[in-house]
Amino acid sequence: MSESIVDNIVPSGNSSVAIPTDISGQILDLDEDDDLEVFSKDTSTTLTDGSSFNASMQTSPASMINQYKLEEEEEDADTKDIFVTVDNPESHVTAIETYITYRVETKTTRSEFDSSEFEVRRRYQDFLWLKGRLEEAHPTLIVHPLPEKFVMKGMVERFNEDFIETRRRALHKFLNKIAQHPIFSSSEDFKIFLTAGTGELTSHKKQGPGFLSRMGETVKAVAAAVRGVRNRPQEFTDMQEYAEAFSQKISSLDKITQRIIREQKEYLEELKECGPTYTLWSQSEEELAEPLKNVAGCEDRCYKETEEQVKHLNDHLIPVLHEYVLCADTLKAVLRRRDNIQADFEGKAEALATKKADRDADSKVLSLAWDSLVGRSPEEVKQQKQQKLKGEIKEMSDELDKAENRLEGANNALKSDWIRWQKVMRSDLRSAFIDTAERNVSYYEKCLAVWETFLQSQRTDAEGNGKVDSS
Amino acid sequence: MADSGSEDIAVIGNTDLTPSESENNLKNTMAEKGTSLLKMMEISVAEAEKRTGKNAVNMQETYTVYLIETRPVDAASEGTNPVPDSLWRRYSEFELLRNYLLVTYPFLVVPPLPEKRAEFVWHKLSADNMDPDFVERRRVGLENFLLRVASHPDLSSDKIFYSFLTEENGWKETVFETGFQAKADSRLKALNATFRVKNPDKRFAEMKHYGDELQSVISQLLRVRARAADRLYGVYKVHGNYGRVFSEWSAIEKEMGDGLQSAGHHMDAYAASVDDILEEEEHYADQLKEYLFYADALRAVCRKHELTQYELEMAAQDLTSKKQQREELATGMIRTFSLKGMTSKLFGQETPEQREAKLKMLETQIEEGEELVKERNAECEEFVKSAWVDIERFKEQKDHDLREALISYAIMQISMCKKGIQVWNNAKECFSKM
Repeated sequence: MSESIVDNIVPSGNSSVAIPTDISGQILDLDEDDDLEVFSKDTSTTLTDGSSFNASMQTSPASMINQYKLEEEEEDADTKDIFVTVDNPESHVTAIETYITYRVETKTTRSEFDSSEFEVRRRYQDFLWLKGRLEEAHPTLIVHPLPEKFVMKGMVERFNEDFIETRRRALHKFLNKIAQHPIFSSSEDFKIFLTAGTGELTSHKKQGPGFLSRMGETVKAVAAAVRGVRNRPQEFTDMQEYAEAFSQKISSLDKITQRIIREQKEYLEELKECGPTYTLWSQSEEELAEPLKNVAGCEDRCYKETEEQVKHLNDHLIPVLHEYVLCADTLKAVLRRRDNIQADFEGKAEALATKKADRDADSKVLSLAWDSLVGRSPEEVKQQKQQKLKGEIKEMSDELDKAENRLEGANNALKSDWIRWQKVMRSDLRSAFIDTAERNVSYYEKCLAVWETFLQSQRTDAEGNGKVDSS
Repeated sequence: MADSGSEDIAVIGNTDLTPSESENNLKNTMAEKGTSLLKMMEISVAEAEKRTGKNAVNMQETYTVYLIETRPVDAASEGTNPVPDSLWRRYSEFELLRNYLLVTYPFLVVPPLPEKRAEFVWHKLSADNMDPDFVERRRVGLENFLLRVASHPDLSSDKIFYSFLTEENGWKETVFETGFQAKADSRLKALNATFRVKNPDKRFAEMKHYGDELQSVISQLLRVRARAADRLYGVYKVHGNYGRVFSEWSAIEKEMGDGLQSAGHHMDAYAASVDDILEEEEHYADQLKEYLFYADALRAVCRKHELTQYELEMAAQDLTSKKQQREELATGMIRTFSLKGMTSKLFGQETPEQREAKLKMLETQIEEGEELVKERNAECEEFVKSAWVDIERFKEQKDHDLREALISYAIMQISMCKKGIQVWNNAKECFSKM
């Protein structure tokens, strides 16, 4: 069934090629593995289509091509079929703790939802849980970051209004990113998060993989990490280098922007004095009183505009940069997890090769002496050993196959999600920078208008008094 | 949007006036005032140069000299451009000229010199007297001073001023020959002394008060301005870092690379633009400083008036007491207590001859006293008349100049905003291409 969809296959090793606007070139090699079919559909867009939910559903080429119409801009409202909002923070006090919950509202036309509107209340812990679940299920997919638990610097109180608002916005973005992700949005955990009542959610949380199995995974991961990867494909090394560099750059931008805000605030401190000084002066003057008061007014207005400007920078650009600083960390983590999967595979391959070598070696060496001591015939012993080895080899072979599949799946998942992530990052940051630039333009335009009004008033004054202008 | 803004600008006009253009306007205004001196010649301080030489205590010193050029007006308007007459003067000679004018015309508000040392500087601006920017601004200030004096109805006809402009050698000697130095010393002493006037002239008291307030508020404004300039500088310069990081980042991106790179260039331009912006604002600061120092000159006039008034009152008081003494002596009645009176009571009456002699002396003194009072009264009246005329003239000049300064400040702000709009629009375009 995969073959019917194949148009231009881009070999899977080519994820570093520039993304053409014609998305049909994005179709990856399709595997027997059902999960991967989903990638062939919407890997590079932020759009989700109802049809992508059913992974094994066969679709006609025509409808597939529809899905590949890539909008480089934000999601087209027409094709979005799920809208999630996070708002209305409320504080809850119990005997043990105080915490904030947020209202999560979902409106959707997707068929797998029982109804078209849902409203639930969730707390930060719940979001953390969801993120964890998604990461567990898809270790090499890039999950958008959550806002941080606490803000270490600046000693922000957890229940400070600004902090809550900033967090709310970040949580809203988080859920929307999940909703727009081709894989995550079809996650059962996601669905339950959006729809289940508080009690239901709690019991569902308990059903997750038990503590022991999670420990087991962690131990495996540590072992793999210790072992290290031997033959990492170049493309993943490239990704790692990119992730490092990107992390540095985006952190720099974050720091620079914070510095600008600090300098602006100090500027505001001084600017605050300007207007009042002109007003003070106007009180000693007669003819000059009016223009001086006018200038005082202008300075005051410019002060307000500058204040607004700083606030906008803080509320809009900074959060986006913060998000992508965290994203950079996610990229690195994802690459590490992929490495671990490969290390695990390599480890198993090595172990199998060793076992096979044992088997071959054994058939040649006769440890007669020991066996005759123990009272068995050399042939019997040999047979037993061979049987045992055969069994072990079969087992390890199967394990190896699984590991190989797992690795291939992880690699493909990562590669296509990497491309998707880059598109989203590009779009997000572009929007944020454009927004900032527009805001700056608007700021200067407002100040310009303030001073032009002053000029106009002085010109008409001069004409009104019959004075001759020095021009 | 920027577009609709530019249409409005066309209506208002003059928003593209640069500081040097508005400075020219000021000069033209002064020239138009049409003192006979300015009708005759053009004055400018064209250049500044560093010199080294031995000073009074025979030590090497470096100082700056300024080239004063004068050119007959007719020649320029005829289209021919003859070489101007010129001579070099240093700052101390300007100071000498001003001191002479202060002493000689105490009832006039004498135009101030540009500051001796740079004050109210924001940190990037040099406070070094040898710094080329400071020297340049001082050159402009000195030219301004000369034009102010040359456009003053009374000061412009002063001979010493004329020879300052035209005679390089021997000018200093000429000034000292006027003997103003002696007057200067006594004037300084008098102005610094404390005295109380019995009937202060309300108008002058108000003017002095105004002078105090003007000085205080302009100082405050200059301080605030300097601190704000410092901060604004920081804001702009940090944006330069965006340029650097965008450039580095563009190296690891494929599609985004070009957009980021070019946006980065605009951020660099933005950061660099603050230097010009703040330089222009210095011009505004200089205009304010001129009036800061003018306030001082105004206060000096009021102070001098107080002194004149006080001297009149002293003379009048003295006369009154002398007249009273005469009366007592004549009538034998002691109205006022006097030591002489007491001693004569204690030690015996005076002889009639002694009394005659005393009376005669008093009469002479009273005559002289009356002359003195008449003199001082006339002085005072003369002073009040001339001073008040000049104060009115000064008020008009101040109102006009400061209003123009505020307008040019607004023009500067507008120019700064326009630059900002342009840069960020350009950056926005680049971001769109990301």
